[in-house]
Amino acid sequence: MLEIKNLHANIGDLKILNGINLTIHSGEIHAIMGPNGSGKSTLCNVLMGHPKYEVTKGSAKFNGKEILSLEPNERANLGLFLGFQHPLEISGVSLGNFLRLAKNLNLKAAGETKQISPMEFMPMLKKTIGLLKMDEKFITRSVNEGFSGGEKKRAEIVQMALLEPKIAMLDEIDSGLDIDALKIVAKGITETFKKTGLGVLLITHYQRLLNYITPDFVHVMAKGKIILSGDKKLAHKLEKNGYEDILKNTK
Amino acid sequence: MAVPKSTQKLIDNTLGDYKFGFKTKNKAVFKTPKGGLTPQIVEEISKRKKEPKWMLEYRLNALKIFEKKNMPSWGGDLSGINFEKIHYYLQPQDKPKTNWKDVPREIKDTFEKLGIPEAERKFLAGTGAQFESEMVYHSLQKELTKKGVIFDSTDVALQKYPEIFKQYFGKVVPAHDNKFAALNSAVWSGGSFIYVPKNVHIELPLQAYFRINAENMGQFERTLIIADEGSSVHYVEGCTAPTYSTDSLHSAVVEIIVKKGARVQYTTIQNWSTNVYNLVTKRAFAYRDAEMFWLDCNLGSKLTMKYPAIYLLEPGARGEVQSLAFANTNQHQDAGAKIIHNAPNTTSKIVAKSISKGAGRSTYRGLLKVAKNAKNIKSHVSCDALLLDNASRSDTYPTMKIEENEVAIAHEATVSKIGEEQLFYLMSRGLTEEEAASAIVNGFAKPIIKQLPMEYALELNRLLELEMTGSVG
Repeated sequence: MLEIKNLHANIGDLKILNGINLTIHSGEIHAIMGPNGSGKSTLCNVLMGHPKYEVTKGSAKFNGKEILSLEPNERANLGLFLGFQHPLEISGVSLGNFLRLAKNLNLKAAGETKQISPMEFMPMLKKTIGLLKMDEKFITRSVNEGFSGGEKKRAEIVQMALLEPKIAMLDEIDSGLDIDALKIVAKGITETFKKTGLGVLLITHYQRLLNYITPDFVHVMAKGKIILSGDKKLAHKLEKNGYEDILKNTK
Repeated sequence: MAVPKSTQKLIDNTLGDYKFGFKTKNKAVFKTPKGGLTPQIVEEISKRKKEPKWMLEYRLNALKIFEKKNMPSWGGDLSGINFEKIHYYLQPQDKPKTNWKDVPREIKDTFEKLGIPEAERKFLAGTGAQFESEMVYHSLQKELTKKGVIFDSTDVALQKYPEIFKQYFGKVVPAHDNKFAALNSAVWSGGSFIYVPKNVHIELPLQAYFRINAENMGQFERTLIIADEGSSVHYVEGCTAPTYSTDSLHSAVVEIIVKKGARVQYTTIQNWSTNVYNLVTKRAFAYRDAEMFWLDCNLGSKLTMKYPAIYLLEPGARGEVQSLAFANTNQHQDAGAKIIHNAPNTTSKIVAKSISKGAGRSTYRGLLKVAKNAKNIKSHVSCDALLLDNASRSDTYPTMKIEENEVAIAHEATVSKIGEEQLFYLMSRGLTEEEAASAIVNGFAKPIIKQLPMEYALELNRLLELEMTGSVG
């Protein structure tokens, strides 16, 4: 369970998060929508521990443990995952070796003494790559290097499915995807959800993604705060009327 | 995290810890006095080597050129070199051995610590070891000797094969080429002489290891490789020295002749201690359909100035230079490549990668020249620099002199700083900051390292501490 209370964060002197309250349980799917610049991506980055942001107030507890003072890798090892809006390219580091290293580090942090050998890992990876309809050649390619926008997004879901986090934050995982790729990514997310029962936080601009993944909760974020929460009907309403009405009515 | 402390520490621990810095007590058989280089010293060296008259004259003439030439005004800072304080020649034993047992014990111990005889048994076709000024040991597989391959100390070759020696010596790099080539020509000693007969392919590498042991030492080895028509050879050199508070000078000349249809690969793993000036002239002539490949890895030294050159002299010749430089604190790696297209239908490729950290400085300095009437040339140059912190520096000086129109030349250069975003991305998957930084450095160097023979790749990987927990890469 991820419990966020009154979270405030700055970048330099600029206040971006102004008191976020949100609780995500395992087995729940939350979607956060909101206009550009409302702080949605910042929320994900702050929770993952990006060094650029300064937390000025509030708390974030992961299964009761305060995480805001932890390093990003320590948060990852607890079971927090961030699917990046713009995944980074890491030249010369193959996706397969990188993921096995990450998986083994996660296991080690969880107190597992056994490590996964390349022989054991390869079939798992191939299966997941297949689920996302990616070619097996991506296993030996450098992480994200030369991948198209859509391939990068799919590779993020491959990583999530393999690392099996307890809470996954997916930052605009639908941006830049055509309709077929969107369906594939959505299927990857729902299959992992069914298999592991993780909690999901989807950041999205569009209701489109929510046609394929049914959220339990939809939140609207503006100016660094959640101003309205509801169920999936709220997403339809936003799609139809835009944000302006809601922003006016909640002032 | 912008200048990650733990990253600094990691790389300090892995690269800053120079494990070859030990000294060996060795009583020299003979060494020239300090106080500057004189004709008497040159004569003494030549006399002790019992050289023919032409070589003594060659040396004395080179000394005159050395005295006349100015120090290079470009490149690195050479003001720390004091020619008065250098021992120009130091003879550690009476004559080179072909049986490892006969090498004096303290010298043998040195090379055993460096893993040399062991390497020979495992994966080499032949090996040489130079201690101070002399090759103390040379050996070659018997089958190769039977095929007419020569792999010997350059001094021994001068005595044993005078004709072929005189035919090629000083032809690729003449004494007047530059001040340090002149110095080498005056006081050269040791180095490898290789002759590969027509159509002989040496499958395993030949290796030579160069060790400076004494303080204020000048090492001036001279290597000459001749690959006759249709032959091939891969030569690997490694170099280390003890760490002293005073400076030493390593100034080699390497000349290579790659005849019609032949192939030579010359691989360097330079890991001098940080009190060594490494000023080397390396050049190859490639003839019709020949191929020359320099693979140059520079980790150590105080200042390295080295630009392996290839002259593509006849149609169909191909040249390639790939290099990796790591400039750490108080180090300047001024390295690069020179390719001269002097004939039509020749191709070349340059890949230069540098990593700088802790205020270390790396420079790429390259020359690509296409002579008039050298039509249908293809060349690709790429230079990538990775900076690990704000204090480090990287410069690129690519010079192109193109005198012909029918050419296809591509040039790319990138400079990147090890990025906060990249580190964050890898850390978000569970890697510590150290592991993330190491993975990025590893990945950056990989295209060069993967071309080394496996044993050397492992050694270099270990040096870069890239073989981390789960073998990232």
